[in-house]
Amino acid sequence: MREFMIIFKQAFMTKAKTKSFIITTSIMIAAVFLFANMEKIIDTVKSVTGGDGDTSEVMQVLDESGVLAERLKVQLESSESDIQMELSGKSEKTLTDQVKEGEIDSFLTLALDDTNTIQANYTSMSAMESALPMMLQDALQSIQTEMKAEELSLTGEQVQTLFAPIQFELQSVSASAKTEEELSQARGLVYVLMFLIYFAVIIYSSMIATEVAAEKSSRVMEILISSVSPVKHMFAKVFGIGSLGLLQMALLGLAGYIALKTTTSEMADGFFSVFGFSTMNMGTLVYALVFFLLGYFLFATLAALLGSLVSRTEDVQQIIMPMTLLIVAGFMIAATGLGNPEMAYLKYASFFPFFAPLVMFLRVGMLDLPVWEPLLSIAIMLVTIFLLGWFGARVYRGGVLMYGPSRSLKDIKKAIQLGKE
Amino acid sequence: MSLLLENVTKRFGDYTAVDDLTLSVEKGTMYGFLGANGAGKTTTFRMILGLLNANEGKITWNGKAISYATSPEIGYLPEERGLYPKMKVEEQLIFLAQLRGMKKSDARMAMNKWLNRMEITHYANKKVEELSKGNQQKIQVVASLMHNPQLLILDEPFSGLDPVNVEMLKEAILQFRNDGATIVFSSHRMDHVEELCEQLSIIDKGKQVVSGTLRDVKRSFGKQNVRINSDNDLAHLEAIAGVTSVQKSIEGALYQVESEQVANDLLTAALKSGPIRHFGIEEPSLQEIFIEKVGKQHA
Repeated sequence: MREFMIIFKQAFMTKAKTKSFIITTSIMIAAVFLFANMEKIIDTVKSVTGGDGDTSEVMQVLDESGVLAERLKVQLESSESDIQMELSGKSEKTLTDQVKEGEIDSFLTLALDDTNTIQANYTSMSAMESALPMMLQDALQSIQTEMKAEELSLTGEQVQTLFAPIQFELQSVSASAKTEEELSQARGLVYVLMFLIYFAVIIYSSMIATEVAAEKSSRVMEILISSVSPVKHMFAKVFGIGSLGLLQMALLGLAGYIALKTTTSEMADGFFSVFGFSTMNMGTLVYALVFFLLGYFLFATLAALLGSLVSRTEDVQQIIMPMTLLIVAGFMIAATGLGNPEMAYLKYASFFPFFAPLVMFLRVGMLDLPVWEPLLSIAIMLVTIFLLGWFGARVYRGGVLMYGPSRSLKDIKKAIQLGKE
Repeated sequence: MSLLLENVTKRFGDYTAVDDLTLSVEKGTMYGFLGANGAGKTTTFRMILGLLNANEGKITWNGKAISYATSPEIGYLPEERGLYPKMKVEEQLIFLAQLRGMKKSDARMAMNKWLNRMEITHYANKKVEELSKGNQQKIQVVASLMHNPQLLILDEPFSGLDPVNVEMLKEAILQFRNDGATIVFSSHRMDHVEELCEQLSIIDKGKQVVSGTLRDVKRSFGKQNVRINSDNDLAHLEAIAGVTSVQKSIEGALYQVESEQVANDLLTAALKSGPIRHFGIEEPSLQEIFIEKVGKQHA
């Protein structure tokens, strides 16, 4: 146990003290704060760079009908839009040239055809812009409706009834389903946590593999395993790096919490509530922690096993590729389920140990599952971790003594053989 | 109190890395292990350390098998530098000493003592990768000695060191021996082995081709060298029976002879052709023995 603690501490401390760890963690925390205060920052930037005058536009309008421009102006004012318009006396060609030369951003031509239908033409440099034309289209659509209503001599109320919205609600009979509202609330949180689990598992397990290979290539491994059994060394390493991961996640979580608490109230009940952040679900957070830990240990033991097979750090990425693909596949499957977590293949995938950390977390976060489902999945993962640990230790014992151009999975057999000897 | 290897054989599949190796090292003595690259030295060391198990035979240290329980008593210097390149010297040495069972405070004291002795105290706060190869080797040596081991396994301890540092290291190792430690070391440098080791083995392709005390090894080699310096022409001496080879030099020649009798014949014959300036019988060097025993089979 003493040696375990010494290696555990060494694995943790030497990594935690590196510049790269401190810098990446700081950047991530800064990013969290930046994201949480995005709206404030944009507002500040706006007011600093000259405020509204700069953003609202004066749009040139060419009105062939003679009536539409005035109505559009009224319509835009009533909808509190900040679009400024100006009736232009120039010809369409001149305006087109002006757009081409960048003197004006865009212009609008308005006309009425024989059936009194509005013909509008919005000209700009490229078709990239969509917000402004959309607003214009909406405004013109209502003008058109008004005009037609006048033609048919309908009253305002009559027009209203034409557009009265129907009542349409989604209802689900599945026991595990949440309501659409709950789902969209859970979605944001689950998505963010899933991403965290995915990144953490990928980063920390490949860190383990790299560490092990580095110790082999620097031959410090020979000294280590002549003082401590390889198995103890492997698990101390896995736990050491795992704690480092937990620390980083905890720092990020704390930063996120503080950022949300200190940010403007608009944010909390505006954009964020849509993503389910305001209604932080404790259960989901606990599951996230559990699945992060399980996913980490599952892949870290696998990574240590693979890392022990190569003797140069350059070969690490190649040998852990199959493992990385498993994680990515798990993430892809889980990501497809964000839209519809009730899909059958998700259920099967959530019991496959290598996909479970992400897929089962998705399901447990988005659905009201019977308790036995996540428990069974956790049990399957625990058994797999145990088996991998046992198998990994056997490979590791021999693997760490193997030198030479070994970089294929076939070497596992050789390593076990050497470990037995 | 000794290290004992009895009929140890190690096979990797069809390949026999170490074949029926027997040796014993007494407490307070040094054992030299010579062999060409790939002869099985490192495999033998790994078996002594318990990293590999022998297929046949047994290895004991003070009558017990070597295990992780005995690890505080053992110091190991691997052939290639085994240090964390990115870790600071100080942290690294304390970490490794702790793994060998030392308390942190004791480890710090021992480290200061050794860094001082090796005259490298100013590197304590540097990363290993910033040091020169020779200094890295010194750190490595400190790492293997710090915890005061009773059994020292040194794989090529002198490689990469300049003559001054070689002397410094020799002194340290000799002191360990005089304090009663058992030391096994391998080297390509025959002169180091001749100077330091009471006993030695030469192994070739896993087989022990020569073993015993230095004197026995030289005696049993059977051949001796006779150096004769003379101003006269000594060409006719080459024909004397029992002379196996001749190396001419400006002042005379060096004859390798089969026995002391041949040396006497040479002297008589040389004196017949006139006065000589020098006559001496020299023991064969370990280098010659090694080349004869290992080199010929390779040729």
